[in-house]
Amino acid sequence: MAGKVKWVTDIEKSVLINNFEKRGWIQVTENEDWNFYWMSVQTIRNVFSVETGYRLSDDQIVNHFPNHYELTRKDLMVKNIKRYRKELEKEGSPLAEKDENGKYLYLDFVPVTYMLPADYNLFVEEFRKSPSSTWIMKPCGKAQGKGIFLINKLSQIKKWSRDSKTSSFVTQSTKEAYVISLYINNPLLIGGRKFDLRLYVLVSTYRPLRCYMYKLGFCRFCTVKYTPSTSELDNMFVHLTNVAIQKHGEDYNHIHGGKWTVSNLRLYLESTRGKEVTGKLFDEIHWIIVQSLKAVAVSAWRGAELGWGLGRGSFGEVVGPASSWVLPRACQVNASPSLTSSTANDRILKYNLINDTLNIAVPNGEIPDCKWNKSPPKEVLGNYEILYDEELAQGDGADLRSRQGQSLGPKGGRSRDSGRTVLTTWK
Amino acid sequence: MLQEESDLSLIIAQIVQKLKGSNLYAQLERQAWACLQRPEIKLESLKEDIKEFFKISGWEKKLQNAVYSELSVFPLPSHPAAPPEHLKEPLVYMRKAQGSWEKRILKSLNSMCTELSIPLARKRPVGEQKELLNKWNEMGTDEPDLSLFRPVYAPKDFLEVLINLRNPNYENGDSLSFRTHLGLIQVPLKVKDIPELKEFFVELGLTTGQLGIDDSTQVPPELFENEHVRIGQKVLAEQDGAAAQQYIRQGSPTALRADLWALILNISSQPEDILYYEQLKTNVIQHDLLVDSLIYKDVKLTASNDDYYFVFEDYLYQVLLCFSRDTSVLGHFAYNSASPPKSYIRGKLGLEEYAVFYPPNGVIPFHGFSMYVAPLCFLYHEPSKLYQIFREMYVRFFFRLHSISSHPSGIVSLCLLFETLLQTYLPQLFYHLREIGAQPLRISFKWMVRAFSGYLATDQLLLLWDRILGYNSLEILAVLAAAVFAFRAVNLMEVTSLAAAEAVLADLSTLKVMPLLQIFLFATVT
Repeated sequence: MAGKVKWVTDIEKSVLINNFEKRGWIQVTENEDWNFYWMSVQTIRNVFSVETGYRLSDDQIVNHFPNHYELTRKDLMVKNIKRYRKELEKEGSPLAEKDENGKYLYLDFVPVTYMLPADYNLFVEEFRKSPSSTWIMKPCGKAQGKGIFLINKLSQIKKWSRDSKTSSFVTQSTKEAYVISLYINNPLLIGGRKFDLRLYVLVSTYRPLRCYMYKLGFCRFCTVKYTPSTSELDNMFVHLTNVAIQKHGEDYNHIHGGKWTVSNLRLYLESTRGKEVTGKLFDEIHWIIVQSLKAVAVSAWRGAELGWGLGRGSFGEVVGPASSWVLPRACQVNASPSLTSSTANDRILKYNLINDTLNIAVPNGEIPDCKWNKSPPKEVLGNYEILYDEELAQGDGADLRSRQGQSLGPKGGRSRDSGRTVLTTWK
Repeated sequence: MLQEESDLSLIIAQIVQKLKGSNLYAQLERQAWACLQRPEIKLESLKEDIKEFFKISGWEKKLQNAVYSELSVFPLPSHPAAPPEHLKEPLVYMRKAQGSWEKRILKSLNSMCTELSIPLARKRPVGEQKELLNKWNEMGTDEPDLSLFRPVYAPKDFLEVLINLRNPNYENGDSLSFRTHLGLIQVPLKVKDIPELKEFFVELGLTTGQLGIDDSTQVPPELFENEHVRIGQKVLAEQDGAAAQQYIRQGSPTALRADLWALILNISSQPEDILYYEQLKTNVIQHDLLVDSLIYKDVKLTASNDDYYFVFEDYLYQVLLCFSRDTSVLGHFAYNSASPPKSYIRGKLGLEEYAVFYPPNGVIPFHGFSMYVAPLCFLYHEPSKLYQIFREMYVRFFFRLHSISSHPSGIVSLCLLFETLLQTYLPQLFYHLREIGAQPLRISFKWMVRAFSGYLATDQLLLLWDRILGYNSLEILAVLAAAVFAFRAVNLMEVTSLAAAEAVLADLSTLKVMPLLQIFLFATVT
């Protein structure tokens, strides 16, 4: 008889604990033998740091890849994607094809971004090219919209760097790196409001890459109408969609929390802009996710341990509406989904999300084994859908370029029969 | 035969009369004059040539659509000698009941006015006008204190009125027989039974392809969906309103819905329509009405809290505030049993020459009214287009859901149809619920009054409204309400209180409406 899974967590959230208990798993402390550890990112950093050098045994599993921050830190994400593009270009991959202006045809999905202070000179050069544009500053190591601000004058950057040097936390703030990205000032608005997408992607292995997309993602709306006017640059309720920010706005609604399901978005876009635009948008979103994961596949996974990662990607600014096409832009990836439930529906969503995740990560709720074949049968996927399975794609004698692979979503396969050529090449 | 002919000529006369005042008439006339310059128009065959020109240039199609649209809005003419109120409602007791219900509403509105000492209408000072104009696109951010306002009435108040409705010419008697109606509605009206419904909704049958069923992931699109989409595109290309209405009975593809509905409702969004909307907007900016606060309150209480519709809050104000100023809505009172409430200029109470309709469109919003607009926001992002579609939906359909009348799509008939279906086809369930004090209509009434808006998931709601437009009838609402009870019958048989029954039926957002309707109508043993 197989024993019961022994679990530990350092995140006391009921959506987690209820899910563990439902499976009849046994709670232990981190110093005892454990099979399953749901760790915070801080813990994982400590556990797998060079000094500690912890190695997972064959029957242990955790909820992050040790190097998950390659994608989740804003600066590293950009760095990795830039490196990945260069590599593909060197290989002469058709994916790295460029147009006459030197822009990548298929891989241009991150807004122009620089590291500060490291890339300051490059940034200034770029800024001078279009001095009227707005830029967004984000601290690399923070989340939930903390420390973010917008600028549209060079003097503001200078002031910022002066202030941070003279502040009393000198050591801390000089260490703190920022990314600065070109701010997208024509985002797609619905009901006059800006929104971003929160999509959940589960990566079960990086080598070969196998990832799943959760069907029940959602959009998060700002409570205040969007205005590109520079006079509102300081009003973060206009620009940032983070619940942590929006919650403090007086118009925050606690029943729906400003969240709209992705299926609502699909219905709205298809009704108002047609099937082709909508299908293309979602194709591109899936494309961006897979390419971003591929970009970090090398650095994210070197060890042989078992591990899996659940990430919540956030697609800021779906660009529109000036053109009839809607282009998604990747802005950031978070290591773990926020497990704080802001509304009743949110709570159900997150409970089910963890449930489905565990069904894939820990098949049948049995003690993990590193020899597991990690391709779960279709029945246990729940609300997950296979987004990309490298093994399957290659098994078919095909790689990325050959229109093979998994179709995703209801009618995933169908919607892209409509004669589009760009970016559909991977499916 | 003779009767039919004279009916037909009466209908024609009526429609001609109606169209003569329309914009289309003026356009046709202009076109006819302009085409005289064309070489192919000959004097000797003038009439035929102009007709031919209208056909080729597509104006004939526009005229056809207009005629067809009139036909589906206007009731068939009654006997020429019949007074106009028969067009509103032929049964005297219904008219009376509606009249006293209106008096109650108006009284409650007036007493709120007096209580809060707020005028029914006032002109805004210039500063305030400017301010409102500036925040036109974000009225939702305004948080005026509306705690003292309350909805004039809610669906359940209206249900009480319908329950007490009696036909004075009809003897119910005390003895129960198998014919006794055990439901809440006690007036005798002719409603369809299942065989008649099957015939009426024949396109919903098991052998006909349906969007909402045959487009699910398991069904390959080659079987039905692809072809259906192709036909839909053809219907749109032809701009044929009648074909669109027939087509939509099998459901509209999401991407074609906005255009198909506009075609069926004969909404073309001409520059003058946009101008008209802008005028209404100006009226809103200039004058403050008491009903504005009611609308505001209603949106805040309903759509703003709704998972599907909160995004569109500001659109709802832009539509509903303009709607309250739109006097063209008054036209529908010719065939609505309700009559627009009147108010008098200050100090001239009771003097007819100082009477004005209040609100200007004659419609007093009730709790949940904004939910008629909300689903349409998924289809139209242009406020003026959204507005026109909503107005047309209202004067064709939604008004029937809160007026007392004997019309087959009127709320009384829908209630009776719902109760009769349950009592006849699910007698055990009906009896059980009645015994525990959970009369089914007490639960389903609010669904029907709102045409299920806010209860179903939006994609399902739109599939349902497709059929309302396709059959030009609201009866589908009662059938769906009964089908929902049938679907939850097993759980409902176990409950022992109204609250428990309500809990079983609290969340309809996971239901798939087309399979439910199809099973109830066509696959249940009867």
